[in-house]
Amino acid sequence: MTSQMLRVAEVEVLTPLVKRFRFEHPEGKTLPLFSGGAHVVVEMEDGETLRRNAYSLISDPQDGSGYEIAVRREDRGRGGSRFMHTKVSEGDPLRVNAPVNLFALDLRARKHVLIAGGIGITPFLAQLRQLTRLQLPFELHYAARSRAEAAGLKLLPQAPMIQVHLSEEGNRLDPGAILAHQPLGTHVYTCGPEGLIVGVEDAAQRLNWPKDVFHSEAFLSPPPGKPFTVTLTRSGLTLTVAPNQSLLEALEAAKVEIPWSCRGGACGRCETEVRSCKGRIAHHDHWLEDAEKSAQTKIMPCVSRFEGEELLLDR
Amino acid sequence: MPCTEFSPSIFTRPVYADLVSRGAAPAIMLADGDGAEALIDLVARDASVMEQAHVMFIPLATNHGARLKALGAPSYHESPSFAACLERFQKALADARMGTSLYLAGTEGLIGQAMALAVAAGLAPGAIQAEHRGSIARRMQCVHCKGVTEAVTTDPFVCSHCGLTLFVRDHFSRRLGAFQGVCVDAETPGIVPPTQEIQP
Ligand code: FES
Repeated sequence: MTSQMLRVAEVEVLTPLVKRFRFEHPEGKTLPLFSGGAHVVVEMEDGETLRRNAYSLISDPQDGSGYEIAVRREDRGRGGSRFMHTKVSEGDPLRVNAPVNLFALDLRARKHVLIAGGIGITPFLAQLRQLTRLQLPFELHYAARSRAEAAGLKLLPQAPMIQVHLSEEGNRLDPGAILAHQPLGTHVYTCGPEGLIVGVEDAAQRLNWPKDVFHSEAFLSPPPGKPFTVTLTRSGLTLTVAPNQSLLEALEAAKVEIPWSCRGGACGRCETEVRSCKGRIAHHDHWLEDAEKSAQTKIMPCVSRFEGEELLLDR
Repeated sequence: MPCTEFSPSIFTRPVYADLVSRGAAPAIMLADGDGAEALIDLVARDASVMEQAHVMFIPLATNHGARLKALGAPSYHESPSFAACLERFQKALADARMGTSLYLAGTEGLIGQAMALAVAAGLAPGAIQAEHRGSIARRMQCVHCKGVTEAVTTDPFVCSHCGLTLFVRDHFSRRLGAFQGVCVDAETPGIVPPTQEIQP
């Protein structure tokens, strides 16, 4: 995993809960370009703990002068977003990993329909620039509760293809209405809370859209939970995963080698074999098949947790 | 006669399966020859599939037309050849919106060409199904002169455009809707392996 030390060049308050951060190379070097939908993993040294959180890039994919992200403070999260909000200011150095894209546009599409809910607008901000540059037909629908909470309003250009749906103003987003009567070759992309993603997927299914034109990204940050113990067969260690720590973070803290990429249960890199499981794995990933989940023979340590007597992993 | 089972081959060789109904949704159905029976079987499994179907049929040398028409699609049309049907098929694609399914049934020449046109019109591969029935003759593109020879039943065969003797490959071009034919005696001019019937 390639990463580099960048400098926080700008911090902007977009709404009471959302801040925009801009990172630049300390010597002004150009950063690797990316494609719309890509994310970076930001490393935060929070006292003893090293946190790594993934954030979608919102800046222009063709602009290597800096990377920008928007972070929503999750007070019930594990502390990464709180760290970004309270401990990071302009001029600070932060380690940022190279961009990875797990939510890319399918450029075979004739038209792209982007549906965002809340902070789920972030990957679309970069895609918007890519679509505009490529002059591809698209429409973007952005749903938020209220004008005051809609961080996207400050980041979205005014254009007829961009529609804002504010439920507080009685203008709720209706996935069925958006997807009805789309031309052949349309792909739909959705990012936001689980309810929105399920709503869009249901509407697409009801309208007989094939699965291969539906793309979604749930912002999966590892959920906190009760502490649990895990035993690693190869390294011979027994670890306790703290409430605000993911299993992956606990492995990393113990210096156990484990590959990762998205840290959000989507890419499959951290997949780990379960040698024995006496109890119940709380699978939070979007990677394993349902059958694999219920068999409890595999786990994605970046997001999933465990409750029970014994969990033996092949690490 | 059920869906043809082809022997396992390279990855690009298309494989076909029984058509599966996607319910009473907008549908374009195109069949030639014995492909009509694939549509008749599909309707036997789920009659609602015909409710919004636009059916186009090229009988070849069969007489399935009356039975196919009796399935009661809101629009049914017969054409003597794919070329004659082309304008109608392309109009149906141009008028289609998201949610339209394409059901193809019959020979590989028809399936390949129709699929290539449908994908070019924007239809997602996931919205297209194909069931092979009838002749296993292939639509072959000569990789040398790029000419297409229809209904090839032997291997090798003579390119109807440039006259080279071509080996029938299993490699299929989705874009062209045709298998690839490669000169069989390029290194040993005139020494050509014995001609065989193409096998499924
Ligand atoms: S790191 Fe991507 S699934 Fe765990």
